Amino acid sequence: MYLRAVLKIDWNYFKTRYMKKLIILFFAVILGAFVVAQETDYNQLPSVNVRTIEGESFNTKDIYNDGNPILISFWALWCKPCKKEMDAYNEVYEDWQEETGVKIYAVSIDDSRSTTKVAPFVNGKAWEMEVLLDPNGDFKRAMNVNMIPHTFLLDGKGNIVYQHTSYYEGLEDEIYELVEKVAAGESISNN
Amino acid sequence: MRRVIIILSILVFAVVSSQAQGFQNFLDKSEVHGSFEFDGAYYIADDAIGFSEEDWIKGQPFRFNGFGKIVYTNGGFSAGLRYEAYLPPLLGYDQDLEGQGFPNIWASYTHEKFSFTVGSFYEQFGNGLTLRSFEEWMLGYDNAINGARIVYEPIKGLRFKGIYGVQRYYWYKWEPNTRGIVKGLDGELDFNQVFRGMADSKVRFTFGLSAVSKYQVDDMKELNLPENVSNIGARFNMGIGKFNINTEYAWKVNDPSVLNNFIYKDGQAWMLSLTYSTKGFGFFGMFKRYDNVSTKSDRYVTNNALDVTFLPPNTEIHTYMLTSMYPYATQPNGEIGFQFQVNYKIPKKSKLGGKYGMGIAVNYSQVNDIARDSVAYVDAFGVPAEGIGQPGSKGWTSPFFKFGDPVFWQDLNIEIDKKFSKKLKGSLLYMYQTYNIEVLEGHPEDGPIVYANIAVLEMTYKFTSKHALRWELQGLWTEQDDGNWAAALLEYTISPNWFIAVFDQWNYGNPEKEFQNHYYNVSFGYTRRTTRLSINYGRQREGIVCVGGVCRVVPASNGFYFTLSTNF
Repeated sequence: MYLRAVLKIDWNYFKTRYMKKLIILFFAVILGAFVVAQETDYNQLPSVNVRTIEGESFNTKDIYNDGNPILISFWALWCKPCKKEMDAYNEVYEDWQEETGVKIYAVSIDDSRSTTKVAPFVNGKAWEMEVLLDPNGDFKRAMNVNMIPHTFLLDGKGNIVYQHTSYYEGLEDEIYELVEKVAAGESISNN
Repeated sequence: MRRVIIILSILVFAVVSSQAQGFQNFLDKSEVHGSFEFDGAYYIADDAIGFSEEDWIKGQPFRFNGFGKIVYTNGGFSAGLRYEAYLPPLLGYDQDLEGQGFPNIWASYTHEKFSFTVGSFYEQFGNGLTLRSFEEWMLGYDNAINGARIVYEPIKGLRFKGIYGVQRYYWYKWEPNTRGIVKGLDGELDFNQVFRGMADSKVRFTFGLSAVSKYQVDDMKELNLPENVSNIGARFNMGIGKFNINTEYAWKVNDPSVLNNFIYKDGQAWMLSLTYSTKGFGFFGMFKRYDNVSTKSDRYVTNNALDVTFLPPNTEIHTYMLTSMYPYATQPNGEIGFQFQVNYKIPKKSKLGGKYGMGIAVNYSQVNDIARDSVAYVDAFGVPAEGIGQPGSKGWTSPFFKFGDPVFWQDLNIEIDKKFSKKLKGSLLYMYQTYNIEVLEGHPEDGPIVYANIAVLEMTYKFTSKHALRWELQGLWTEQDDGNWAAALLEYTISPNWFIAVFDQWNYGNPEKEFQNHYYNVSFGYTRRTTRLSINYGRQREGIVCVGGVCRVVPASNGFYFTLSTNF
C-alpha cells in the first residue's frame, strides 16, 4: 500500500522531468542490446586520466601488455582485504609472469588524504606490479566499481573477460587458472 | 516529444536493419554498462542499547538506500544516468536524503585535444584544496557539480580544465538566489612530458595552478557579505630519484559563513609531504595547516553537503572495530598537524624475518588547534572591543607555525605482520590515542580528552587452497568515555563465493553496569563474479563512520541488514 502510494505520487513528477531523457536512454539501451547480442566479448577500457606513483599523468587507454593478459585490481590503503589480495599476487607474480606473461595494474583509489602515502607503502612492501593512483575515483566510476577489492581480467586484445569483487584467501588460485586459460587463448565466458 | 520518439525509432530501425559498414561500425563501438546496489535494513527496537521505537524507528522499521547507474559509450561519446532511492534512508544517514529520482544525468564527448561534459560531473583540482566534487555511497555523500566542464590538452603533459555549475544538495532543486554557483579554472604542466630535454631526467616535475570562485547573493540585512569568493591554489610535485616532494598552498578571500561564525578573515591551507622509498623501505612525512578554510557553496549550510573544497585529514585511517572507535575529522576553522610513517620489510631468511620476511609499519600523527590572537572590532553597541572569532570582525591573527592549545588528536600505532607458514599468517597492532571528544564530537561532559590504548591480534589459517578461518581479538582500554571494550571475530571463507562471520564487541568496562552491553553480530555472504549478497543480523555500536575526512554519526541499532550489489 505504502509503496504504491509512493509510486503514484512520483509518476507525475517523473513524467514531467525525466520522461524524455528516459525514452532517449531506452533507445540507447536497445542499440546497446543489439551490440551485446552481436559482439558478446567486445569491450574496451574507458579513457581516464590517472597518475603513476612517480606523479606522472597516465591515460588508462595506455594500459597495455603486448597481447598478453592483464589484471586490473582496484584497492586502497584503508582496505585490508585489498592489501591481502595484492600481497597474494605479489608473492606469485614472478612465476605468473614467466608462465603467462600477465601484467598486473593495482589502481589505488586513496584520496588526497593518502595518495602520497601509496608510493612508500608499495615500495616498503616491495610490490612488483604497476601501481596507478585514482584519487577522485574517476577510473573507478568509469569502470562501474561499487566496492573494492574489484579485479578485472583482460585478454590479449584488451577485452574484459572476467570480473570479481571481494577477496577471500585462495582467490588468487582461481584467478590464476583463468589467467592461464586466457593466455592460451581459451574462452572463459562460463566460469 | 513525439517527434523525438519517431526520429529515434527510425534511427534504431535504420541502424538495426542496415548492414552498411558505417552502421556496423557504430554498433560495434556501442557499449552499455552499469551498476546497481541495494542496502536495506529491518530494524528491531532494543531498549538496552537505547534504540527505541519512539526515538528511532518511528513506525518505519524497513528502510533502504539504493542506486542504479547506466552508462552508454560509443568511442569518445558517453552518456549516463544514475537513479537513487532512499525510502526512507537508513538510520545514520542524513534524513534529507529521503526521496527518489535521478540526481545525476550526464553526457560527455572527447575528441582529440578536447573533452566536453554537460550534466553532473565529478572533478578535483590538485589535492582538492580549491575544488573537489565526489560521491561516497557509504556516507550518503554527493556534491556533484551540475553544469558544464571543458578539458583542453594542447600537447601531452599540458592540461587545462574549466568548470561551471551548481552543486547537488540532496533533492533540493536549484533556484536563482539560493545556493551558490561555482566556477573554476585549472592548469597543470608536466615538465618531463612537455620538454624533450627532460624526458629521461632523474628529476620529475609537475606544476599546477587553480582558481575557483563561488557566487552567492548577499541576502542578509545585518552584514555586508561578499557575493564572489575566490580561492587560488598553487602546487607542485617533484621527484628526485627515491625522494618525492608534494606540496599545495591555497589562499581564499574572506568568506563569512555560519561555519566560521561570520568572520571577515581570509583563509589559507597548506600541505607538504616528503617521501623516500626504496625496495623494502618507505618513509612518509607530512605537514598540514588549515586556517579558516571551510568553503561551502551555501554559506548557511552546516551539514555534510555542498563542500567546494576538500580538506584531507592528517591522520592514518583505521578499520578494525575498536581502532575506529575514535576517528578524526578535519577542523576547517583551524588546525595544524604533522604525520610520520615508516614501512619496513625485514628480508626473507633473516633471523627476525624467517622464511617469508616480516613487515613493520610505524605511524605517528598529531593535530592541534592553531594559535590564535585576538583582533580589534566594534561590538553591537558600537563600542570598540577585542576578541577572537567575533561575528563581523576579522576573526583572529595566527602565527603560522605555532601549535596552539588544545591538542585535537594524537595517534601512535605500530603494526607488524608475519607469515609463519604456507597456512598461517597474522598481524599484531598496538595503538595509543589521544582524542579530543569535546571538539570532535561535542560532548564536553565526557571530556575533554579521551586517552586510549588499543591492541589487535589478527590471524588467518588456511585449511586448503579454498577454505580459511580468520580471527581477531581486540581490546581498548580507557578511563574516559565508555571505558574498556573487548572484541572478537571469527570468519570462515570459501573462495571465491562464500563467507560467514560472527563477532561481538563488549563494553565490559562501562562505568554504569546497565550499559555493559554486548554488540553481537552474525553475517553471511555470497559472491559470484561481481554480484555480492550479504545478510547481517545483530547490534550496531553507536559510532562515527568516516571516509575521506567526511564523517557521519551512526546511532546504536539492532536488526537485519541486507546488501545486494552488482555491475555489468
